[in-house]
Amino acid sequence: MSFVTVRDLFQTYGSRPIIERVNVDVAEGEFISIVGASGCGKSTFLRLLLAQERPTRGEIRIDGAEPAREPGLDRGIVFQRYSVFPHMTVRDNIVAGESFRAGWGRFFGDAARAARDRADETLARIGLDHVADNYPATLSGGMQQRLAIAQALAAKPRVLLLDEPFGALDPGTRLSMHGFLQDLRAETGMTVFMVTHDLEEAFKLGDRVLVFDKPRWDPHDPSRYGATITYDFDARDGGIPFQTLKENIHVPEPH
Amino acid sequence: MRLINIKPGPALALFLVLLPFAAVLIAYAVGSDIRLTANPSDKLLPAPGTVGDSMMRLLTEGDRRTGRILFWYDTWASLQRLWLGIAISASVGLVIGLLIGLFPLMRSLLAQFVAVLSMIPPLALLPILFIVFGLGELSKVVLIVVGTLPFIIRDLSQRTVEIPQELLVKAQTLGASSWVIAIRVALPQVMPRLIQAVRLSLGPAWLFLIAAEAIASDLGLGYRIFLVRRYLAMDVILTYVIWITLLAFAMDWLLRRASRRFFPWAEEGL
Repeated sequence: MSFVTVRDLFQTYGSRPIIERVNVDVAEGEFISIVGASGCGKSTFLRLLLAQERPTRGEIRIDGAEPAREPGLDRGIVFQRYSVFPHMTVRDNIVAGESFRAGWGRFFGDAARAARDRADETLARIGLDHVADNYPATLSGGMQQRLAIAQALAAKPRVLLLDEPFGALDPGTRLSMHGFLQDLRAETGMTVFMVTHDLEEAFKLGDRVLVFDKPRWDPHDPSRYGATITYDFDARDGGIPFQTLKENIHVPEPH
Repeated sequence: MRLINIKPGPALALFLVLLPFAAVLIAYAVGSDIRLTANPSDKLLPAPGTVGDSMMRLLTEGDRRTGRILFWYDTWASLQRLWLGIAISASVGLVIGLLIGLFPLMRSLLAQFVAVLSMIPPLALLPILFIVFGLGELSKVVLIVVGTLPFIIRDLSQRTVEIPQELLVKAQTLGASSWVIAIRVALPQVMPRLIQAVRLSLGPAWLFLIAAEAIASDLGLGYRIFLVRRYLAMDVILTYVIWITLLAFAMDWLLRRASRRFFPWAEEGL
């Protein structure tokens, strides 16, 4: 059963096609990695998923709903930078994940206290409880991205979009962030789209890896054609999906 | 060693800070001394001692007719006008700046209009203000508002536009309405900038205040300066000028402190 359905998606800026004829079906709970060279429409595709832009042609539906016209609660996003609100403390950033949909953007009285407690629980779980009252600028890059992911999840989106979330982190921090994301995912079973430049990361975290590339190439006018999904890898079991199958066939069952 | 790499120590730094102030004082004292030696009744550069005496007299002795110490009445009248004008400019500028910066519809409606309005020289409007609002307080306050508001609007709308798009998108994915984005994301982000803009507007605000007081008033720092100019009372003028400078400097310092105190997350080079 397809949860996110992308049909015949085209996006053109002026006369320049960016992506063309993208079709893809994603089941609920799948982790999709998106890779490709720079300028191959990965980020455009993510913006279309986010409904920050609307496609020239085609449509994206989540769970059969009407295509969205602007970003909303059903899609969460974590950018590479500027993902948390710099003028709010770490705790308030988490609370904002729930309170921004309220009329004044904040809770009052008992609701405020309850939200605070929930935020403190979240912070304890992601190991940021010791900096709850600090401003994000005092946090390291990895801590800020952990906060950004937790904030996005606090709003309980149906689809989580990650735009090169670990691109600016050093390799060690990146590894621990992978663990953090895998744990969260095991817990929530969320549908995730992640754009990345790191192939290893894409295959490690993703269930599927979509490769964006230009199938047609005019050497005299490189921007003539747009990109589309050229490969759709099954990335489970470290990118060797049939390994278990083969083992089942060739290795005699232990008795 | 290159000149760009030579940094003063604390003692030398303090000396260098004080040097220009001392130089101006000494230059004044010498010039005054030369003129007074040539002509003891010279009024152009009164001796520093004379200025000091007048200062004491102005600050402590009452007016002969009314018994009021005019210095403090002048200060109070001027500060009231200035404060009122700046407060109106800042609050109106904040609202309109946010509207222009956040909403494309408002940007189309108002941005060019404000850009054109800001080109009107405010002092050229002063006669109109006097005709329309009379010679009372209102026209002086309106002149300060007219003189500082366009700059504040343009500065704040520009800052609002410069808020990273990512933050606005993020807020939308958390379910925020336009109103919530305005009060919880954009407003706090531009508040430090508002203080910055008010600091930059203080200079023009004093200029317009003194201009308005010089032309039509019966109380105020600018009025007094232009009144005693007729008697060449340099000692009074200098006292008032030093006082205005101190007031302006204190306001600037307080605003800077307020910005650091209330918006510690905005680490800008103030």
